[in-house]
Amino acid sequence: MIQVVSLSKFYGKKAVVEDVSVTIQPGKITSFIGPNGAGKSTLLSMVSRLLDADTGEVLIDKADARKMKSNEFAKKVSILKQSNYMNVRLTIRELVSFGRFPYSKGRLTDEDEQIVDQSLEYMHLTELQERYLDELSGGQRQRAFIAMVIAQDTDYILLDEPLNNLDMKHSVQIMKILRRLVDELGKTVVIVLHDINFASVYSDWIVAMKDGRVVKNGPTEEIIQSEALKEIYDMDIPIQKMDGCRICVYFNS
Amino acid sequence: MRNSMKLALLALIAAGCCAIYLFHDLNGSFDYALPRRIVKVIAMVITGFTIAYATVVFQTITHNKILTPSIMGLDSLYLLLQTLMIFFLGSDHLMAVNKQINFLISVAVMIVFSLLLYRFLFKKAGQQIYFLLLVGIIVGTFFSSISTFFQVLIDPNEFQIVQDRMFASFNNINSDLVWLSAGIVVVVTIFAWRYVKYLDVLSLGRETAINLGVPYDAVVKQMLMIVAVFISISTALVGPITFFGLIVANLSYQFFKTYKHRTLISGAVVMSIIALVGGQWVVERVFSFSTTLSVIINFVGGVYFIYLLLKARNA
Repeated sequence: MIQVVSLSKFYGKKAVVEDVSVTIQPGKITSFIGPNGAGKSTLLSMVSRLLDADTGEVLIDKADARKMKSNEFAKKVSILKQSNYMNVRLTIRELVSFGRFPYSKGRLTDEDEQIVDQSLEYMHLTELQERYLDELSGGQRQRAFIAMVIAQDTDYILLDEPLNNLDMKHSVQIMKILRRLVDELGKTVVIVLHDINFASVYSDWIVAMKDGRVVKNGPTEEIIQSEALKEIYDMDIPIQKMDGCRICVYFNS
Repeated sequence: MRNSMKLALLALIAAGCCAIYLFHDLNGSFDYALPRRIVKVIAMVITGFTIAYATVVFQTITHNKILTPSIMGLDSLYLLLQTLMIFFLGSDHLMAVNKQINFLISVAVMIVFSLLLYRFLFKKAGQQIYFLLLVGIIVGTFFSSISTFFQVLIDPNEFQIVQDRMFASFNNINSDLVWLSAGIVVVVTIFAWRYVKYLDVLSLGRETAINLGVPYDAVVKQMLMIVAVFISISTALVGPITFFGLIVANLSYQFFKTYKHRTLISGAVVMSIIALVGGQWVVERVFSFSTTLSVIINFVGGVYFIYLLLKARNA
């Protein structure tokens, strides 16, 4: 369980994230939604220690994240950011092998190799594993990075807008994989999403942020309601039920 | 496995260069010429090793393949130190004449300077490394300007001695210092080798490195310290030669095409030994000392640097 306790981040005097307390339910997909600049990515960066919080604390399985060793933390929580600029040329397999770094420090054991194989298999990348990352399409690249995170084998997987710049087919593919990670492997996935329909269809729990604060926090059915969305986005969003999915029709509201 | 073959081949060439340098034209002078040549070769190996190691590490930390550690201003500090010493104390003063004392003071000043710089910059957590580089450039330019100012005022005869120190030279190396430097370098390398595994991950970028459990800030700080020690030692031993690192580091990237720093660093080290020992042999036997190695290095390095810039623009 990840517990966020009154976390704040200030740039100068402006609070980007202000006194946020959230508990992430284990074994579920939790989506963070909200308008641009609501502080979703900043919050995720602080939870995953990419950014130091100004006040508050993060508890991972009841242990203070700041007191954990970097290496131990990396075996529990992984984070994937939206931009993955790299200075080196790697094949998919080399990248995924880096996911084992917290365990093997770069000297892969047979067990590590096996886990790398499984991760590649899981993301349908086995055929492509010797290809270089700069030769891949956006969707394949994103899958390669997710395969690395799977190889890292953490209980908690945090993703910052993993659907950015992906087309519909690849977005659905990625979301289905995340769903499988939760349902089959029992992982806990936390994800920042812009498309509320993906949040509605795939997540179990939704946390909505606005102006650096949490405004809504509850199961998906409670948040995907016209009144709740009005509060979050200041828009009148009608909701249609289709095949058991709740779809927000926001295009002409 | 092909990279280890390449590495073995390069190591063989390097050993060959050393052997040729040591034994060519020796004329049986085992008591006089050979010990002197051995000292020179060791000095070149130390210089090649420290410069190559420091440059590859520095470029990985800064995510930039056309930077050299000279951007932190250590070379300019060294020149300033030498200029001030000769300006205020005179070229016949003990500190200017005695190489041991000069060496120890230079190394101490450069390391203290880097410590102060880091302390000042890393006091606030989360400071970008580019900020450090920027401060380094400004401070380095400041040092150079002051050096130039004093060089203009200095007695022309004394200036000759300053000018002598502005270029790296292997012709006049004190054997005690070589052994001392070798000792320091070995100790620091044993300490530094633990961090090599982190370098591969660091080249994936800060966020990925932190995600994979690298204590990023601590590692970068340690690495920069090691770079500073290495650069200080080689500069105080032979003079400013950091530009050379740019050549060997990039040659190593091109030659090995890997992300593994064990290979990259070893490759750069072996290449720099080949270049220094082989180059010095050419300078001594072909040009018969009519030029210095650092002039050739700066010329070749300059051409290669322009090539790198043009290539990066086209890419």
